[in-house]
Amino acid sequence: MSEAIAPEKEVTNVAVMNQLPSGAIRAESPLHHAELDKLAARNPRGGGVILRELKLLGHLTLRGSQDNASFMAGCAEVLGVALPTKPLTSVDNGSVSVRWLSPDEWLAVVPMDQAFEIERSLRAAIEGHFQVVNGSGGQTIIELSGPNAVDVLKKSTILDLHPSQFPVGKVAGSVFAKASALVRRSGEDTWELVVRRSFADYIWLWLQDASREYGLVVKA
Amino acid sequence: MLHIYCPHCEELREEEEFHCSGEAHIARPLDPDNCTDAEWGEYIFFRKNPRGIQHEMWYHTTGCRKFFNVTRDTQTYEIKEVYKIGEQPKVVAEG
Repeated sequence: MSEAIAPEKEVTNVAVMNQLPSGAIRAESPLHHAELDKLAARNPRGGGVILRELKLLGHLTLRGSQDNASFMAGCAEVLGVALPTKPLTSVDNGSVSVRWLSPDEWLAVVPMDQAFEIERSLRAAIEGHFQVVNGSGGQTIIELSGPNAVDVLKKSTILDLHPSQFPVGKVAGSVFAKASALVRRSGEDTWELVVRRSFADYIWLWLQDASREYGLVVKA
Repeated sequence: MLHIYCPHCEELREEEEFHCSGEAHIARPLDPDNCTDAEWGEYIFFRKNPRGIQHEMWYHTTGCRKFFNVTRDTQTYEIKEVYKIGEQPKVVAEG
């Protein structure tokens, strides 16, 4: 049932395209319509929750077996960081972050203008059975920080967010505000939510409501 | 609310994150073109529905999106063990 699929020597033709719009075409993040930059410009007093969209980043979903040495080595070489093999962990070197999604699936978040090049380099570097999908347009990352960010999350998800159970660097997918999100603790008081594009507006509205009692500060 | 251990995430999570996918270890007929209607019907529709120990498949829907098996007592709801797809249960019904 779970025997590994024999590595294919021949590279199959995969249609890859640069998803980064160029020239006159304007890229719009899933929260473009919320005009966070305008809200940020007229921020009121301080607040306990700071919200920022980490927008227009390259999201690459990587799938492959941990037993495929070429896959593990190729990803480490191209991304500059090794794929985290410990469940529910992530690595981050400043420009590239990799989140563990399941034993054979990772989400690499890279600068958008490098996503296509990284995808092509991965395809060139890896042999055998693997998958690279550029899902950049399908999701976005909302960053919550501040002393009350954790209180907003507690209202939204069933995950245990206590530092003993959810240390910095941990990643967990769960239900979030009746939708779902991939939650990562990127700092003591900083959290990143990977949300689907179609749920981004709903979660933005939810977060505004949930953080009202603490005061919400929007950052561009 | 069940507290379920995901063998892939390696921690306990709440039931809300999971979906139960019914009885485990149901073997698909190896030669579906040549099996009888009775065999095919048995495979598609008929389940044991025991009172007591049952092996069932669960799906970690909002987490790692992997299937795994759970041995559960249908009377007490107690989860006896969790094991990965492809493995065999250690706790089985008597008789």
